[in-house]
Amino acid sequence: MTRFPDRQPPDRQSPDRQTLDRRQFLKTTGWLTGCVAAGSSLALIAPAPARAWAIDLVVLTSAEGATLMAVARTIAPHDRLEDAAYALVVQAIDAEAAKDEKIRKVVRAGAAALGSDFAKGDESARVGALKKIESSEFFKVLRLKTLQVLYATPMAYACFGYEGEAFSKGGYLSRGFNDLRWLAEVPLEDSGPVPS
Amino acid sequence: MAAIDFKDDSAIVIIGSGAGGGTLAHELTGRGIKVVLLEAGQRQSLDSFSQVPGEAFTQLTWLDPRTQSGDWGVARDFPTLPVWHAKTVGGTTVHWTASAPRLRPWELRARTTYGNLPGTSLIDWPIAYDELEKYYKIAELRMGVTRRNDMPGLPASNNFKVMYAGAKKLGYKQVHTGHMAINSVISDGRGYCIQQGFCVQGCKMGAKWSTLYTEIPDAEETGNLDLRIESTATRIEHNPGGRVNAVVYRDRQGKEQRQKARLVCVAGNAIETARLLLLSESAKYPHGLANSSDQVGRNYCHQITGFVWGIFDKPVYSWRGATLAGVVEDEVVNQPQRGFVGGYRIELLALDLPTLPLVGLPYGWGRDFASIIDNYRNLAGLFINGEDLPRPGNRITLNPNVKDAFGLPVANVHVDEHANDRAMRKHAQGQMSKMYEAIGAKRVVVGPVPPATHNLCTARMSADPRDGVTNAWGQTHDVKNLFISDGSALTTPGAANPTLTIVALALRQAEYIDRQMKAGEV
Repeated sequence: MTRFPDRQPPDRQSPDRQTLDRRQFLKTTGWLTGCVAAGSSLALIAPAPARAWAIDLVVLTSAEGATLMAVARTIAPHDRLEDAAYALVVQAIDAEAAKDEKIRKVVRAGAAALGSDFAKGDESARVGALKKIESSEFFKVLRLKTLQVLYATPMAYACFGYEGEAFSKGGYLSRGFNDLRWLAEVPLEDSGPVPS
Repeated sequence: MAAIDFKDDSAIVIIGSGAGGGTLAHELTGRGIKVVLLEAGQRQSLDSFSQVPGEAFTQLTWLDPRTQSGDWGVARDFPTLPVWHAKTVGGTTVHWTASAPRLRPWELRARTTYGNLPGTSLIDWPIAYDELEKYYKIAELRMGVTRRNDMPGLPASNNFKVMYAGAKKLGYKQVHTGHMAINSVISDGRGYCIQQGFCVQGCKMGAKWSTLYTEIPDAEETGNLDLRIESTATRIEHNPGGRVNAVVYRDRQGKEQRQKARLVCVAGNAIETARLLLLSESAKYPHGLANSSDQVGRNYCHQITGFVWGIFDKPVYSWRGATLAGVVEDEVVNQPQRGFVGGYRIELLALDLPTLPLVGLPYGWGRDFASIIDNYRNLAGLFINGEDLPRPGNRITLNPNVKDAFGLPVANVHVDEHANDRAMRKHAQGQMSKMYEAIGAKRVVVGPVPPATHNLCTARMSADPRDGVTNAWGQTHDVKNLFISDGSALTTPGAANPTLTIVALALRQAEYIDRQMKAGEV
């Protein structure tokens, strides 16, 4: 039988650092910009020249974008996570709004109803405002999009320590799949031999 | 690979290339029988599997529209996705987590063991355990199941170490890295598991058994298989005498094709298998094919599932390692004093970061929700796999109000949970929470019930033709040359992840079909 007994991952030595696709940040109705803070999760993964980021919006205005970004951060508040990650959520919503008129209307009306002061409010004010509209289509769309996009960003991977796909690096077999030491080891009879 | 003529009525047509259909195709072609294998999805490979979780989901999942109803949590939490199975060559064996336990002898006697429970349609299997066991042994060898034969167990991952410590604190005895259809050593011309944690996205090592790169290429090598991808069966036709004689399908251009058949085996996963039988109604079979008992689509079972997460002070890195390689089997017993009949497994589970908030966590937002993800490094995970009870009203029906791309009514999935189902889930969640609390979890998070991945029993085997759709070989009671070859044929679900049982039944069915053909019975 010939299958692939000697299949090897492409490169067991490739570095752990993920690289950002710079085009993702530099692709116009509006735009969102920001800077990467030194020592932040994004600084760890962004190539040196890409310290500033900018995201162009296709159908949403800059003001709408800023409101939606504040909504995304209120839905999923992570102090250590860059604005740039939340901006990618807005970019995804903008892209969907460009394709789907129904979504465009829902998002625009929702942002308008919250008003431009929403983004300036403190977190408890923002939470209070969103609680009032939690059953609305606008909130459902924003919540789902935030969860779908935010945690798939390279910034979130870095922030929460998620190492992602492992095949290209030889799996986790030699990269810590069993390195937990704060509990007793499992007896071999209930475990199995580590291949080498 | 064979090219079988549309008008060749000597071929067997198998619909679906997953655990049941893919295995059956190999077995039949190996016996010199010509097979047309229809697969609705595309053909991926180890190299084409996406490792971006969202992309992989789209690449492998059956995403055609469905509707659902009933009081189960899935209808509320995942309104557009009642079930999660694959649409790709290899079917759900491409995305499965490869847990391959056996059913227990008493689980095959569900009606006898549990009694006549109100609100259920329990029956016993028409197969004795000893008979099934013979095929379990062949299937375990074929699939390379760990802790069986010469295949060692998988090594314990970090996530499993947490599970193990908690289980032992609670006094559980049967705790190990599972019976997994994942190579722990080089075997079957495939390499060993390198602990990627990307089982669900398609194993890029090929260490996990899948018909995509085992049974199907082996069948192709016989020269007797004609695999047609992106080919969606829409109707099974019959002759005036009532025997099936052709399968109508849409090819990749959307063009209607008609393949003549000597015999047809349906293995499209329990939702689509039932739907196809119902769609194949005719003047002779006004309620659908093989449905004189009115049991097609009924008794839908999906097993009791649910997540429990433990957050600890120290890192776990749960994503590193085979996704489901760990089990507690002590609760696979029937002890009605626990408040329910039937058993459940406690299984290891991890979710990648993008998937966790979408599938694994209870509805929420704001600081509390986000704080769970802030602790992603320190999160350990468990999953329930328990037996749910068949109910006549839990069923697949055609929804005339929603049509698929070909203008055909989609499947509606209706589930009202039995009190026994809820009691079992509550017990399991309690035990799993105690496991984590016993070893110092800072917090335990009980997750939702995800879209069903174990879709079963919608064309079940029954001794009495009035109780089910097929006999003990998956041959329909009504139509002698029509077979059911997937999880739809399971009589009851038991608490075992179903793939091993589906494969064992397909192996047994192939022998039977071969015998019946030689005897001129079909």
